Amino acid sequence: MSETQKVSASDNKRKNTGGTTILFFLIGVAISLAVGWVIFPKLLYLKKSQPIDFSHAVHNEAVGDCDSCHFFREDGTFSGSPTLAQCIDCHEDVQGDTEAEQIFVEEYIAQNKEVPWLIYSKQPDCVFFSHAAHVKKAEMSCESCHGEIGTSETLPIYEENRITGYSRNIWGKNIAGIKKHTWDRMKMDDCGECHEEETGDKGSCFQCHK
Amino acid sequence: MKIDRRNFLSLGAGATAGLAFSPLPWKLMDDSSIWTQNWPWAPVPTDGEASYVDTVCSLCSGGCGITIRKIGDRVVKAEKKDSDNANSGICILGLSSPQLLYSPSRIKTPLKKVEDKWVKISVKQAVAEIAEKLKGLRKDKLSHTLACISGSSAGTVPALFERFLTAYGSPNFITVPSVKDIYKLVFSLTCGASCIPAFDIANSDFVVSFGTGLLDGWGNPAAAFKAHSILKDNKKQLIQIEPRLSNTAAKADKWLPIIPGTEGVLALGMANVIIGKQLYFNKNVLFDSVTEGFEEFKALVEKDYSLEAVSNITGIKQEDITALAEDFMKAQSPVALFGRGEGSTPGSLHEMMAVNFLNALAGNFNKTGGVYLLSEPDYINWTHPVLDDAAYYNINAKRLDGAGEGKYFLAKHLLNRLPEVVNSSKTSPINFLFVTDSNPFYTMADTKLVEEAFKKIPFIVSFSSYMDETASMADIILPNHFFLERYQDIVTTCGLKPAVGLSKPVVNPIFNTIHSGDAIISIAKALGGTIAESFPWDNYETCLQETLEAKKDVMDKELFWIDESGVSNAFADSSGKFEFINDKTRQTKPYIFVDAQGEKKKYPLTLIRFDSMRIASGYTANSPFMTKTVADTVIKENDIFIEINPKTAAEYNLAERSKALLTTPKGKAQVRVHLYEGIMPGIISMPSGLGHTGYDSYLTGKGININELIGQIEDPASGFDAAWGIRAVLARV
Ligand code: SF4
Repeated sequence: MSETQKVSASDNKRKNTGGTTILFFLIGVAISLAVGWVIFPKLLYLKKSQPIDFSHAVHNEAVGDCDSCHFFREDGTFSGSPTLAQCIDCHEDVQGDTEAEQIFVEEYIAQNKEVPWLIYSKQPDCVFFSHAAHVKKAEMSCESCHGEIGTSETLPIYEENRITGYSRNIWGKNIAGIKKHTWDRMKMDDCGECHEEETGDKGSCFQCHK
Repeated sequence: MKIDRRNFLSLGAGATAGLAFSPLPWKLMDDSSIWTQNWPWAPVPTDGEASYVDTVCSLCSGGCGITIRKIGDRVVKAEKKDSDNANSGICILGLSSPQLLYSPSRIKTPLKKVEDKWVKISVKQAVAEIAEKLKGLRKDKLSHTLACISGSSAGTVPALFERFLTAYGSPNFITVPSVKDIYKLVFSLTCGASCIPAFDIANSDFVVSFGTGLLDGWGNPAAAFKAHSILKDNKKQLIQIEPRLSNTAAKADKWLPIIPGTEGVLALGMANVIIGKQLYFNKNVLFDSVTEGFEEFKALVEKDYSLEAVSNITGIKQEDITALAEDFMKAQSPVALFGRGEGSTPGSLHEMMAVNFLNALAGNFNKTGGVYLLSEPDYINWTHPVLDDAAYYNINAKRLDGAGEGKYFLAKHLLNRLPEVVNSSKTSPINFLFVTDSNPFYTMADTKLVEEAFKKIPFIVSFSSYMDETASMADIILPNHFFLERYQDIVTTCGLKPAVGLSKPVVNPIFNTIHSGDAIISIAKALGGTIAESFPWDNYETCLQETLEAKKDVMDKELFWIDESGVSNAFADSSGKFEFINDKTRQTKPYIFVDAQGEKKKYPLTLIRFDSMRIASGYTANSPFMTKTVADTVIKENDIFIEINPKTAAEYNLAERSKALLTTPKGKAQVRVHLYEGIMPGIISMPSGLGHTGYDSYLTGKGININELIGQIEDPASGFDAAWGIRAVLARV
């Protein structure tokens, strides 16, 4: 074998090795991206159904506004999800013929047991949030944070973060945290963003973390 | 294609690079930070609608009106009741009531000790076993060997226990003594009638306090704080006389450090100045017409309490004594207060009488800013219990504590005598003991002596809500509901206007506990016969409703009724005058002031206790919340600190935080040292309320119970425990 042939064989080998290295690098990148973007969100969130289904649309039509059920108490605190006390007036007896209604009346109303609703917008306990300040004082609409849930026919699947125990709605459906609407996410940065827009300042820690 | 190590490395590098462009690391970081805030043991406030319920706190004898904030069924906060009523208020112990309600050291069900281990039993079984034992005792004609130690003598629950003992046939109902007992004695001896004092601190213009802890837990602490604030707002004077710069002393206009135990001597020295300078005439008091024994008293103070002698004994300069006496008499409405610290120890009768002579010389009885002499609330008008022959015979047996007879003729109850009485008998003269609303094994001085006595008593039933020191010595525990779970009338009579408050349940009982009132009614019913007949009520609530029927409206509205009507029948009996000296007091003359126990040579220092609002030292123990507020110059982890003047510390070669061995005639303890300018040289002080051995890991072993180091001293005049301290010695370790 001539000298020239020898050199080109070793060059080829090097080229091949370089190509394989890049290939493996790209495979690594691809696996990570697939894990990070597709598999990880699936593993992170546990899908849970609500104890019974509920149509906001039907109720909105029947009772009027959101605050018929999600009202402010006399002392200014916000009632959050309704308790049986609010439902019992209309639902003492089964209304309509849905399965959810029947379960609600028989298993909850009749047994005076509160429905363990899974709360999509429940924030960690280290956060203090006043609905009164936002809804009454700043006159924000419910949709600004809660989206169009008020017109929904059925309750969405509740996705529970296996690490934190909170709903996926806090981080947002988009795993990258990208949002299109104000109600797509409920993280601290989203609060800060709105506060900055409205008040010119993100606010201080102790405003919310008491 | 050959795959080698390099390929794997590049796969890893690619994966790492890829990860950086995926949301995984950023999301995991965010989630794990939230996860760290979600420890299962971190307390999380309950969500829901808030409701507010008013009730009366009974964690000490203060009986404050408080408001409980609830979310759903959960108590989340206790706060002062929003009312002008003097009894509305709250202290740090009351604030802790939610923590105490849900405390892990609560006893959750009746317990019975079997071979030194606690076994859970039902309420029914506990009542049946107690009744069975009591039946046996009665059969053996030993009903007088049943005794009951009660935290208080006022109100329906103590009255039910006393009634039970009477119907059963025992005179041995004994209450935990406090300065209230001495107050009653002082006034009944000098004013000729049974009455209790209400010091009108708020309206006074010159308050001389002989160690009374106005801001350290005395009386009804919340009302005392309020009265003090009014006094300060009115820019009136408070002079505090005590060896240690307490919180009260620190807020006073003047602090006069005094050699402990000589407060009565100072009062008589002041009386001598007042009489010598005829200052009392300035008050237009015609002593001969309104007092008895004045000349005899005058002769006594002139002879034995000259300025020079008093100054030598008390350590207060002669000119300061004179100035104090003059300022006191110059004031429009002066008042002299007595009862050390929070008043948990009765103290020396003569010392208290001596201070009260200043009130007499100022002529301030039943006057604004002075001392109102009031009758005790008297609203329990039950028919007499039904007595069968056995009961009738045995209730006339001699009381075990000797109270009411011989040299103890002045006292009604003498709990402090009990350990000695039990220990000095071959077999315990008490066969069966009820302990209610009290923790005597912890709160009584001379723990070793008390322990010996408790161990000797064959059968003890505790009604405590907590596994306190006394409950852990019991044979059966029938745990009471916590005060937020029960109805009860609370009588407040310590030094301020007497009031009756109504504790109302705020939540349903959380555990399988039973109201002590119901427990004693059930035991009576299980015993049957005349004992059952003596308890005609179905349950405690009916009994309380019936008793308070006449006051229902007031109570429903305000929770309180303050007995204003009760300007007592003081001065109505005997001479109708204030009696400086009379036949009764002559029996206990001459004035003897109680000295500390221990040889001065062997124990050159004097150890005194101090009370603090941050440390509960009575029946209710500290909550974890309260312990957190205690400075680390008082307790650090488990080490207790003694306060010592830097000069004295230097003599013993002790520096701040040095470890030392504290020895008294009663015991030894390892302590740490805190140098404090606010304590007189030669004196060392230690807080009361620490060193529990019962309760839970939050309290057990924290510091030392000062009662282990201090003995009892029987007051020669009354028989009560009059010890205010003990001699001690320190050695560096
Ligand atoms: S002073 Fe006594 S009665 Fe008043 S809140 Fe405190 S513990 Fe309760």
